[in-house]
Amino acid sequence: MINKVVKNAEEALKDVKSGMTLMVGGFGLCGIPENSIAQLVKMGVNNLTCISNNAGVDDFGLGLLLQTKQIKKMIASYVGENDEFERQMLSGELEVELVPQGTLATRCMMAGYGIPFFPTPAGVGTEVAIGKEVRSITFRGETKDYLIENAFESDFAIVKAWKGDTAGNLIYRQTARNFNLPMAMAGKITIAEVEELVEVGELNPDHIHTPGIFVNRVFKGEKYEKRIEQRTVRKK
Amino acid sequence: MLDKNGIAKRIAQEVKDGMYVNLGIGIPTLVANYIPEGINVELQSENGILGMGPFPFEGDEDADLINAGKQTITLLKGASIFDSATSFGMIRAQRVNLTILGAMEVSENGDIANWKIPGKMVKGMGGAMDLVASAKNIIVAMQQVNKAGQSKLLSKCELPLTGVKCVKKIVTELGVYEIVPNGGFKLLERAPGISVEQIKNATAGKLIIEGEIKEMSI
Repeated sequence: MINKVVKNAEEALKDVKSGMTLMVGGFGLCGIPENSIAQLVKMGVNNLTCISNNAGVDDFGLGLLLQTKQIKKMIASYVGENDEFERQMLSGELEVELVPQGTLATRCMMAGYGIPFFPTPAGVGTEVAIGKEVRSITFRGETKDYLIENAFESDFAIVKAWKGDTAGNLIYRQTARNFNLPMAMAGKITIAEVEELVEVGELNPDHIHTPGIFVNRVFKGEKYEKRIEQRTVRKK
Repeated sequence: MLDKNGIAKRIAQEVKDGMYVNLGIGIPTLVANYIPEGINVELQSENGILGMGPFPFEGDEDADLINAGKQTITLLKGASIFDSATSFGMIRAQRVNLTILGAMEVSENGDIANWKIPGKMVKGMGGAMDLVASAKNIIVAMQQVNKAGQSKLLSKCELPLTGVKCVKKIVTELGVYEIVPNGGFKLLERAPGISVEQIKNATAGKLIIEGEIKEMSI
């Protein structure tokens, strides 16, 4: 088996340069690559374009890279939980491209599938359609307008999985699968940080979510805070 | 006049046995509390869940298990987990039967605006644009009149659109409306204690009233 293991975040991210485009997995703070984000802060690379469903909160997730003004452009679907983000966006310091969530996920997935573009009805007749090709397509007996959306191109995809083996096979846990799965397939170079790194043979091939072929580097994250954004409970 | 829970209660009557339902953030989330016993539905959360359950008991929260509103939740027996691309696949392919979401404005031809107030609030559309562009059955839960007393049922939306000609039904604090094919809010029911006159005054777009309008039972 091909060995994809690197020592730590430092080694995994060593060739990330200022000005690059990064996909960053997770939904809200669920399933975000915490160790890699901390390493990007440490490295100080800037002018980054980040593709991620959300922009973290003020003091966690991608919010950390916003605080240090390392992000030049953010491509996301929902950014409501972050005051610093809003401030930078409204003042024009930060470039923002808002993308419908399904379109965002599929633009990642299509990159992974090697398909350059795809039609979707999401955003037809809205601001999202400005500057995009609109095509009338008959599908399953129904004719309607579709926007032509491009697959994303990114230098790195940085994802977080629950378990990984040395060959780069990944298994996610619960809803932390979210954008990690499509993004893992989509990076020119894909970096996976995992909670548990095991030897080949220890993961059941039937249970693998992301086949190792998509993963270039895998490392065991040092620690995971796994912060909860909205703690909602009921009484026993 | 209905409060938020009243609106959710009335919408719950629209949920039928065997449906897969996506509930948006806010009032739509409350609908889950009022689905009658004996109606079997599965709640879809677009971050990757079918079969979403209630909030966890105190101490059982799992950071890896949240809904699209980023709230900690649980799974019901028979639930499944999937990635975001698969999630929107089932939405786009119209496997999800009913979408219930909030709105800031709805127009008489079924346009909806709920994601942006230029210069003031930009949170993003999240999954709303995908949902409204594909769902066959969209019910909007909203306040018909804002704090300044202005109607949000308009002839034309003023805010940036989320989707065009997609809303089927609207439940507000004042009534239940259906968007008719040629355009217009057809009044189906009045909220308890609300008169047709009050509804007329609170609807800026074309209001269609045919015959006696009954008061809703909730």
